[in-house]
Amino acid sequence: MESSKVIHAFYNDDEVLMDAVKAVKADHHHIEEVFCPFPVHGLDKAMGLAPTKLAITAFFYGITGLSVAIWMTNYMMIEDWPQDIGGKPSFSWMENMPAFVPIMFELTVFFAAHLMVITFYMRSRIWPFKEAENPDPRTTDDHFLMEIPVNNNEEELTELLARTGAVEINIVDKH
Amino acid sequence: MYQFSGKLKTFSIVLIILGVVGIALGFYNGSNKTIDDAKHAIEASHAGGHGDSTHAVANSGEADSHSAHTAAEIAKHEEHVLHQMHNRPWSAFYVALFFSLGLTLLVLAFYAIQRVAQVGWSVVLLRVMEAITANLLPVSIFMIIILVLSAMHWNHLFPWMKEGTFDPTSENYDAVVAGKAWWINTPGFIIRSIVYLVVWNVYRFFIRKSSIKEDTANDGLKTYKKNYNASVIFLFLFMITESMMAWDWIMGFDPHWFSTLFSWYVLSTLLVSALTVIAFFTIYLRSKDALPGINDSHIHDLAKFMFGFSVFWTYLWFAQFMLIWYADIPEETTYFVARFTDYKLPFLAMVVMNFVFPVLLLINSDFKSKPWFVFIGGAVILAGHYIDVFIMVMPGTVGSQWFFGIPEIGAICFFIGLLIYTTLNAFSKANPIPKANPFLKESEHFHYYNIEHTGEDSGDHH
Repeated sequence: MESSKVIHAFYNDDEVLMDAVKAVKADHHHIEEVFCPFPVHGLDKAMGLAPTKLAITAFFYGITGLSVAIWMTNYMMIEDWPQDIGGKPSFSWMENMPAFVPIMFELTVFFAAHLMVITFYMRSRIWPFKEAENPDPRTTDDHFLMEIPVNNNEEELTELLARTGAVEINIVDKH
Repeated sequence: MYQFSGKLKTFSIVLIILGVVGIALGFYNGSNKTIDDAKHAIEASHAGGHGDSTHAVANSGEADSHSAHTAAEIAKHEEHVLHQMHNRPWSAFYVALFFSLGLTLLVLAFYAIQRVAQVGWSVVLLRVMEAITANLLPVSIFMIIILVLSAMHWNHLFPWMKEGTFDPTSENYDAVVAGKAWWINTPGFIIRSIVYLVVWNVYRFFIRKSSIKEDTANDGLKTYKKNYNASVIFLFLFMITESMMAWDWIMGFDPHWFSTLFSWYVLSTLLVSALTVIAFFTIYLRSKDALPGINDSHIHDLAKFMFGFSVFWTYLWFAQFMLIWYADIPEETTYFVARFTDYKLPFLAMVVMNFVFPVLLLINSDFKSKPWFVFIGGAVILAGHYIDVFIMVMPGTVGSQWFFGIPEIGAICFFIGLLIYTTLNAFSKANPIPKANPFLKESEHFHYYNIEHTGEDSGDHH
């Protein structure tokens, strides 16, 4: 396995970081990862990451929740134990539909929200008791860290990063 | 400074004149209706086979079978239908008037919210909102005239104004309405109406003047803070007067019926219409390069509000409907029975126009910053909410005798013309942006991170 040296550049301001990311991309270097203490709007675009597909999954999760709600209300209120509530003994799902709208709404939101969070965790490879992946604890506090793989161009990269306003630059062996 | 172009001025005046002709024609036709027309309408409706539910509601003591009616009851019914025919030009005018007044008022309230919350993004739009509120004074005058004429029995818009409603010895005595006489009475109604209109117009007069003064005041934000205080007071009074206005001016058409969230419902209709009108004028003025500092993110934010309040409207519409449908109490269901029998098509079409269409069109983030999409969505939203006001007013005033024709179109033309004229005229009289506002810079640099601005390179992302 070839040596996997990476360069770690620290920044202490999200605006400076954004400009740095753009400068590094403009110089055609690959950015492996950026660790931030909070989400930086527009960073994904600056890094050239593909747009998230989470919204599409949310739509399908919502549809699933809606279907479950329709099936559930029909099974509970019409088929399994038909109920006469509010003087509406029609025993038909369609005629009682307005009463089920809140349930359909809530389950749509419930499914979309929870499954989206679970999807996000899976996609980000996060689960309970997982060891933290961020290379420096300061990235959970007040520092931003940009990780760039090195291919015998340490000096060029160090110089470039110093110019972008990095407060600390380290070259480390990644495992 | 923006120049109100001669072409558009002529266009708005033509709309106003067309509107006056349409309204006059409507009143002429309406006043020509006789008892024979009413008889024909009743025969036609019986031949058509659909029940006249609004009438049945109005005279709930009546027997169901038509043959059982005495001659006196038939005459009363005919007179009732004739009154509905006479009401039509009034109602047609009232719907457009209330819609125009309401959305102007909500633009004013939205504007006050911007000041109270010290909103950053919308500062470049403040003068557009201010200009739209110039429409408030003329429509307020029309409103007070039509309310006073109603109280003088020129029409039969408000059923509780009928002679003898509160008199136990009269055959028109209505025990339910008489029980609410402490609120529903003519002097109180007129006094309250004047108070609402005066409160709104005083704030509008003060804030417009003071806002222009802000531009050149250079007094360490003293004027700015004064305007903040005035807006706080206005918003407090607005929340009270808006609720009461909805009871008096809209729920008064169905005085037996009541709903506790009705004022919210009226508010949501007017608010989404107000935001749409702001978006329309913003898009127009931007296309004429009259709005410096505006960018796609401002349009995007307005469209987000339009989208969000469309959903809010639907929520209230459904909440009101579902509770009444579920409880199934006769005095509450009359409202929806009247709307489902004679107004089924507009009543259901409105839900598609005000909910399904805006949600599908405006859910995409990119579409919300495209003026064409916002315009198409907004046109449907405005039409849908006009129908909403139509369905609030018409069942209680004209019942089954409704139609969408010259009186309605005339009134719409008239108030659109008036809105365009007053707004652009006012906009041309002041700086297009409040240049001394402390949040102006923030507004000019406003950029929602997720969209690209047209005509700007994507690197400019702050």
